[in-house]
Amino acid sequence: MQVKNLIEKEKFKLITGEEGITAEIEGLYCCDLLSWVMSHAKGGDAWITVQTHMNIVAVASLLDISCIIIPESIDIDQKTIDKAKEENIPILSTNLNSYEIFCEMYESGLR
Amino acid sequence: MKIAVDFHIHTALSPCGDEDMTPNNIINMCILKGLDAIAITDHNSVENCIACLQVAKNKGIIVIPGMELQTKEEVHLICLFKSIDKALSFQKLVYDKLPVKENNPKLFGRQLIFNKKDEVVGENKRMLIGSSNLSINEVFHEVEKRAGIIIPAHVDRNSYSLIGTLGFIPKELSIKTLEVSKTCNLNTFLDKYRYLRKYQFIQSSDAHYLWDILERENFIEVDQKNIGSIFESLR
Repeated sequence: MQVKNLIEKEKFKLITGEEGITAEIEGLYCCDLLSWVMSHAKGGDAWITVQTHMNIVAVASLLDISCIIIPESIDIDQKTIDKAKEENIPILSTNLNSYEIFCEMYESGLR
Repeated sequence: MKIAVDFHIHTALSPCGDEDMTPNNIINMCILKGLDAIAITDHNSVENCIACLQVAKNKGIIVIPGMELQTKEEVHLICLFKSIDKALSFQKLVYDKLPVKENNPKLFGRQLIFNKKDEVVGENKRMLIGSSNLSINEVFHEVEKRAGIIIPAHVDRNSYSLIGTLGFIPKELSIKTLEVSKTCNLNTFLDKYRYLRKYQFIQSSDAHYLWDILERENFIEVDQKNIGSIFESLR
């Protein structure tokens, strides 16, 4: 599954540029402690986090994360969005919570 | 000149602060230990700073009004101010950004407010233990606006610390000084995080009990023994 397949679903909204949306989603990871994510998430993962600080973009870029998913319609700092555009990291916003995102991805064939 | 400091001390106002952490007990303990300057840094509040400043008057010890603020990212920042007015103005902002929940004294202890005679003059009903709805960047902006200074707290810890939560120090923040906890071995820590060598480090007690307060063991270099010089040294 590619990031753009997610955006095609109504439940996920792309809030950055189109760059990077053809990236392949190979796994799903959920954590909000960035130091933990840095040492445990894998390249190609879609990453769910409630953190919206600019550092999430740096962490995603470092790990080659396919996209960042911000759950529960949390507001995202403009600086973070700008930085993500610059680094070509897609950020998706959704009103789903983490569990619902996992269900959605599983039903879409990510397993 | 070198002065002995401990810039992270809680009073009985903080959740989990021992009820013996009264203004007189703290100030006199710090004098006994020979500290030159301390900061009173309760969780999301500065309400006991006034009494501590009054107790410390003419006793030769510098007391800086401060707060240990918890940002919405769950990062603890030590915010220090040169005057109680600036600290109170910051507190007003923080109180507007705290959740409207009441403290549960059974779980988190009573949040006591003292006068200079150590008499309990009130109890803070707010749930001070939670996060304020202020981002790290907003806090830096607001503290700088009040000519204050920020020291990220216990960055060696995995919880409630700038590095533990955000992974690394955002480079857009104007930080010169970082705090590590009392038990941290700074050399080992810096071997692990070599990029942090460019920062100045202080060690603080994060005291919740009288016996936690530092001895004369952590020093900073200042031109003169006053608040202005201390802020110069940390900034």
